[in-house]
Amino acid sequence: MNTLAVDVWRGGADGRFQEFPVPRRDAQTVLDVVTYIQRKLDPTLAYRFACRVGMCGSCAMTVNGRPRWTCRTHVSEVTADGRLRIGPLANLPIVRDLVTDMREFFDKWARAKGQFKATATRGQDFARIAPASRERRAIDAAIECIGCGVCYAACDVVAWNPDYLGPAALNRAWTLQNDPRDGARVERLAAVSGDAGCHACHTQASCTERCPKHLSPTASIAELKRASVLAVLKGEL
Amino acid sequence: MSARAESRLWLAQRASAAVLALCVAMHLATMIIAVRGGLTAAAILGRTRGSALWAAFYALFVLAVATHASIGLRTIAAEWLGWRGRAADGAFAGIGLALAALGAYAIVAVIR
Amino acid sequence: MSSWRNRGHAGYWAFLVHRLSGLALVVFLPAHFLALSQAIRGAGELDAFLAWTRAPAVVASEIAIVFALAVHLTGGLRLLFIEFVGWKSEAQKALIAVAGGVAAFCAIAFALNVV
Repeated sequence: MNTLAVDVWRGGADGRFQEFPVPRRDAQTVLDVVTYIQRKLDPTLAYRFACRVGMCGSCAMTVNGRPRWTCRTHVSEVTADGRLRIGPLANLPIVRDLVTDMREFFDKWARAKGQFKATATRGQDFARIAPASRERRAIDAAIECIGCGVCYAACDVVAWNPDYLGPAALNRAWTLQNDPRDGARVERLAAVSGDAGCHACHTQASCTERCPKHLSPTASIAELKRASVLAVLKGEL
Repeated sequence: MSARAESRLWLAQRASAAVLALCVAMHLATMIIAVRGGLTAAAILGRTRGSALWAAFYALFVLAVATHASIGLRTIAAEWLGWRGRAADGAFAGIGLALAALGAYAIVAVIR
Repeated sequence: MSSWRNRGHAGYWAFLVHRLSGLALVVFLPAHFLALSQAIRGAGELDAFLAWTRAPAVVASEIAIVFALAVHLTGGLRLLFIEFVGWKSEAQKALIAVAGGVAAFCAIAFALNVV
């Protein structure tokens, strides 16, 4: 097969797929395919990328129904018959073509109180954190998230529940809950509880299945559920 | 509903699930054994009539299932039908009560 | 944009089976309570109803409901484990398989006894 038949989403939510023929090459990635289309066939195609080496997460799109980093998806991995279907990430408003509006994704991060709140100043001594402690290991397992949105796009609860904060925001909140230096843990637990928070997760684990960094938001969310329940039972929530 | 109330609802659903785990295990065992050779009213009622123990067991079972099912239905309605809010909450509380009432009636029927 | 290819993994099927079995059970439950309450009019009324349940279509549905109950139980136990003990990625497929297996065993045991 020398030529790929590539369907690419054009327009907004009411757009449609447009087919392009793209020459097949060895070690070709889906990002190479999209770039070829924009440079050689249709300069009006809108898409995002930056590092193109699997570090920034900007190039995440829906490829043959699954959210993936297109720079790290070899064409040979995703097509047996030379057909590709490329669309924008799900669960986010479409700006145009393959570009989504990520504001809601990051707004939910903020609503989950996914920011560190300092309690010490430079005048005080360093905090002592044992690398092998249970809390630090829990943070290490979840901290590598780069906010690419793949988990958010993969999650059906995000699709069904507009207020649901989503796997990335909850995963980040969990890392902060384990940081003894953080001063917002009580408010954060309240922020991530309830029908918009961790309790809406049904453990389908599509997030864990699709995360390109092999993180497990499912695990983090399960821990948040336990922390929340303990707080309810102690009357703290 | 506040996040606090929703967390309590979630906890009630899990707590009733734990109770149901025991009740259902018992119920499955009873069914599989009882249905041998055909089920008759005499067989069922012979077991349950006048039994305070079965009455207590089924009462616990009915309360747990009314709690668990109504909260579960509320979630499904919110996610698959987009039905949320006070009216929905009221409706599913009502369904919980209705299930409990029907269950109580069934218990009275087989115990008395 | 998301499709069933995104959903085709074990954890997703486990969720779907759990939700659909729960729905089936809650639809069945009022009928179950009403059937039992026939006994309030005496054993004869209950027996008349039980005779109807010997029809093959009804027996097949009963086996299906027993499976729904068992699989909802075993799947639910898995969820309680995940939510109150913890999520262990490597164990999930095994847990799902065991849950399905035990439920199937219960349904078969029931089927062998009722037929």
